[in-house]
Amino acid sequence: MTSDLVVVLAGGLSHEREVSLRSGRRAAQALRDVGHEVIELDVSSSLLGRLEELGNPVVIPLLHGGAGEDGALRQALELAEVPFVGSGSASARVAFDKAIATPRVASAGWATPTQVALPDDMFRELGAPTLVAALARHLGFPMMVKPARSGSALGCAKVDRVEDLPSAMVQAYAYGGVAVVERFVTGVEVAVPVIDMGSGPVALPAVEIRPDSGVYDYSARYTAGATRFLAPAELSDEVAERCAQLAIGAHQALGLRDLSRTDLIVDADGTPVFLEANVAPGMTETSTMPLSMEAAGLDLGHVLSGLVSLARRRGAEA
Amino acid sequence: MSLEQPRRDTRLDRYVETYAERTHGLRVSAVRALFSVANRPEVVSLAGGMPNISDLPLDVIGSKIGELIATRGTQAMQYGSGQGEETIREQICEVMALEGVNGHPDDVTITTGSQQALDLVTRTFIDPGDVILAEAPSYVGALGTFQAYQAKVVHVAMDDDGMLPDALAAAIRTVRSQGRRVKFLYTIPNFNNPSGVLTSLERRHEVARICREEGVLIVEDNPYGLLSLDADPVPAIRSFDAENVVYLGSFSKTFAPGFRVGWALAPHAVREKLVMAQESATLCPPVFSQFAISTYLSNWDWKAQITVFKDMYRQRRDALLAGLEAHMPPGTTWTHPKGGFFVWVTLPEGLDSQALLPRAVTNRVAYVPGTAFYSDGLGSRNMRLSYCFPTPERILEGTRRLGEVLDAELEIHTMFGIDSTPHPHDFASGPGPDVS
Repeated sequence: MTSDLVVVLAGGLSHEREVSLRSGRRAAQALRDVGHEVIELDVSSSLLGRLEELGNPVVIPLLHGGAGEDGALRQALELAEVPFVGSGSASARVAFDKAIATPRVASAGWATPTQVALPDDMFRELGAPTLVAALARHLGFPMMVKPARSGSALGCAKVDRVEDLPSAMVQAYAYGGVAVVERFVTGVEVAVPVIDMGSGPVALPAVEIRPDSGVYDYSARYTAGATRFLAPAELSDEVAERCAQLAIGAHQALGLRDLSRTDLIVDADGTPVFLEANVAPGMTETSTMPLSMEAAGLDLGHVLSGLVSLARRRGAEA
Repeated sequence: MSLEQPRRDTRLDRYVETYAERTHGLRVSAVRALFSVANRPEVVSLAGGMPNISDLPLDVIGSKIGELIATRGTQAMQYGSGQGEETIREQICEVMALEGVNGHPDDVTITTGSQQALDLVTRTFIDPGDVILAEAPSYVGALGTFQAYQAKVVHVAMDDDGMLPDALAAAIRTVRSQGRRVKFLYTIPNFNNPSGVLTSLERRHEVARICREEGVLIVEDNPYGLLSLDADPVPAIRSFDAENVVYLGSFSKTFAPGFRVGWALAPHAVREKLVMAQESATLCPPVFSQFAISTYLSNWDWKAQITVFKDMYRQRRDALLAGLEAHMPPGTTWTHPKGGFFVWVTLPEGLDSQALLPRAVTNRVAYVPGTAFYSDGLGSRNMRLSYCFPTPERILEGTRRLGEVLDAELEIHTMFGIDSTPHPHDFASGPGPDVS
């Protein structure tokens, strides 16, 4: 038990504000339950001043998407010498951008979908019909179109026919100027959290995701009852171990710290294929990370409390 | 750590198999979640319909409510009548008289905002599968209530003068030919939410005639009637058809929404059922709020206050229309409301207001996509813009940001060869012309 002050940062101005607020509330309560004094703050122009007034307590950034996950806010916390839980700014910047993270994980030797990343400028300069045709030729159908820098499946679409590709691209560009197009991987959808309590990254049990609608979109993620979760996933020990290795491998390849969650697909051969890594995993009532912790016999509050202690030590050593 | 825990197979909702069928469509949506961002001060929100009540005499209201508690607190904070307090029902009749409605206090039922009146009327009349007719487009809050009671909403096309009588008659015929029952017509004739359209007197008579002849009850929702900015007042349908209309009113726009006081004026037999429904829902509407509003009406020149509100809303409406004129791309049309809170925008062909909402939120401006105002998926080319809450300066800035968003979206559509060519049409300012 500790009474050390912790600030949970949640909200922000990204498209995932609502999810972040829910994550923040749950994490804050879990920390209170294990004895922490917790203040929940939103991002505003007075944030750094407020943290200074509070004596620069340890911050848990639970901002999903945008500045909260792309490294920008973490950079500001580093500048202000505020200790915080989670990955540093440089690695967050890499992990958040699928166009950078996926090749980085692939170059570390892990399976990733064949991916093409295209800023909207390219279509303007080179002509959309040519590029659309090239994408179709290179990747084949079905394919996944995603914003390069977004979460919660916002702006993502599975495309089965070439004539649907332009509108899927437009939808992805509504969330940012770069889209990634990936060859669709059929298989079992799994999330694997990783935590590092100071003695190296450890994978928690994989959580298998079976949305009723067949698509794990925003609605399936955050409507209680709309998705079936299996924790641990219904995988053989061997495949489960491969998933764990991939999650740890991605965590390390991207230089992540403290905690992360890797989303992957186990294909028909039992090979786990990396989809993305998250530096601010969701902590909502329908998120996979708390489910995985529960499956591992861990308590969310105790895990976060341990990470807070680590962050405080890092701050003291800096 | 141990991995020996038993496998948990969960939907994270232990009641998932036991919810009522009418809840099955209720799901979290990304569009709704975006409104969480819209409420941040950095965003110019042209989305919400919150009245601007900063011009209210808060000092006077505070002092009079203090007096109310000191002198009549034990009454004001006690349970009350299921129908509502007599004094406020009498005052409501004076308010309604301003729009030609001659009602008796005995036929007024006080409700928790007119939204609850809608709920009571719907629960009183609707069995699952019954049909409610409503304008195209119609108020999102009403559509939500209708859906909750498993009604099927059939939209009736409208133009700048309101609902089209021929379309109304045709809708009734079509529904009946399918063996379904039309239970009532829901209409907002004054400055319709979301289109801002004022139904002409001629149309009101036509609509009333058709409904009378066809035996279809009219539910006339009138939250904005006293907020005419530059139109001559048009008599309420209830003013010339007392027997076939349930008339809904509210203090939310003419005073303050936080008190949650609205009302239903209904033919006697209907009124009795509404009171019983009210009693089973809440025992009685909020007594303190009724006393507070009665006090306000008795101690303040509330008609002059409405004039203050109207002057303020007129400036905001003008700012929005000027901003749209300055910043909307060719092919965009919009209504020119003479009152109320809303402008209804029709985007160039091919643009989808729901799909471009993320881009708008990124650019710090918000609106409500048109699909929210239809029960059948129409409205993707439309958006509702509210001018009631932001200042004129913020409204102008909001339209500038919105213009940028539409320009960017049009450019990307052009890039991908998605047809966004403006198609000339004969409804330059029509509200929901594509649904006729």
